[in-house]
Amino acid sequence: MAGLTADWARDWVRLAAASVAEHRAELGALDRDIGDGDHGENLDRGFTAALAKVQDGAAGTPGAVLRLVATTLISTVGGAAGPLYGTAFLKAAEAAGDADTLDGPAVAALLAAARDGIVLRGRAEPGDKTMVDAWSPAVDAAAAAAAGGAEPAEVLREAARAAGEGAAATEPLVARKGRASYLGERAVGHRDPGAASSALLLAAAAEAAGSR
Amino acid sequence: MGVGLVFVSHSAAIADGLVELARQMAPDAALAAAGGTEEGRIGTSYERIEAAVRQVDSGDGVVVLGDLGSAIMTAEAVADLIDPPVVALRVVDGPLVEGGVAAAVAAQAGADVDAVARAAARGTDPEEPNLAGPGSGAPDDSAEAVAELADPDGLHARPAAELVRLAATFDAAVRVNGVDARSLLAILGLGLRQGAEVRITARGSDAATAVDAVQTLLSTGRPEV
Repeated sequence: MAGLTADWARDWVRLAAASVAEHRAELGALDRDIGDGDHGENLDRGFTAALAKVQDGAAGTPGAVLRLVATTLISTVGGAAGPLYGTAFLKAAEAAGDADTLDGPAVAALLAAARDGIVLRGRAEPGDKTMVDAWSPAVDAAAAAAAGGAEPAEVLREAARAAGEGAAATEPLVARKGRASYLGERAVGHRDPGAASSALLLAAAAEAAGSR
Repeated sequence: MGVGLVFVSHSAAIADGLVELARQMAPDAALAAAGGTEEGRIGTSYERIEAAVRQVDSGDGVVVLGDLGSAIMTAEAVADLIDPPVVALRVVDGPLVEGGVAAAVAAQAGADVDAVARAAARGTDPEEPNLAGPGSGAPDDSAEAVAELADPDGLHARPAAELVRLAATFDAAVRVNGVDARSLLAILGLGLRQGAEVRITARGSDAATAVDAVQTLLSTGRPEV
């Protein structure tokens, strides 16, 4: 019944860093197909730095942990993913506020704020073949789960599941934002690397909550 | 000190080259390049942009121009997060080279941050309201005049920028020797020297006023009082 704490946020960062490192080559390959090939490398560098920042345990709330992640990602990732994920974590941190623990609705609100941050920064809409295509269904699924009274871990599992489906659904799309938009029809058949990494991050968030 | 300008590119060579190019027409403007990553690779760096903004910030505002998507996004993140904040920090998603040069010339001429940002956004593609084309409705007034260019240095960056600013204050579409008087690069491209004969035409409701004002500016080197 307990809500998610700063320890959950730290675990999220740890599992996200591990997942990004594990899928680094795969994300790079997706990005080489329709972008510039550095997505895996960039995220690996960013989350490794973020993990180092949060590991000392000084941040006492989920919001404080997420804010540290935000500023670290923005300054270390390079490429579009830096400002996009940085803004996502920043807005998530603002949504979390000073709360010590997050319940189901708070987690759903946090994800919605993150998605809104990505939309604000990248100006992409659903269907543009971007990370928004993973985040939007994730936010909808999380909101539905929270409205049904789900525990935070379940809210995150629903979000992760929907994000994975959303990422897979980017394959047939023509990109309208980002580097892939220069490719036109040639981007069809390739999964968007930002949507793919978004699904990994949300899966890490769910895993961190589920293991508690 | 004037409005500062930061050129953000994925490539350090592009950003540095643009400073060099703009410097030719805006020798005193505060210009800084933020190209590539800190490791010297292709990409954009939050730290480099932040440092460049600090470098050119004199309190009159800073305009940041970028090339591909993440350059703009990273610059916007800097604008949101820079602490302490920079007064009047504007991020402009315009044509980097043309907009950068036009903005530098505007900054050199002492334009305020909004005018510099407009120049940056427009580049060589100015809006041309009220350009009467075929079937565009009510007949417009038109006027024309000839001026002899007074400025001993010719129509270089500063007077060209003054002309562009003046032309932009009228509804009428003003042309100088056939080119749009609101396009800085087109005006500079004329390469007009002292004593050159300049044909001014205007179409639009205030065409006569516009032609008079432009004629006065060009033939005296001073705007109308």
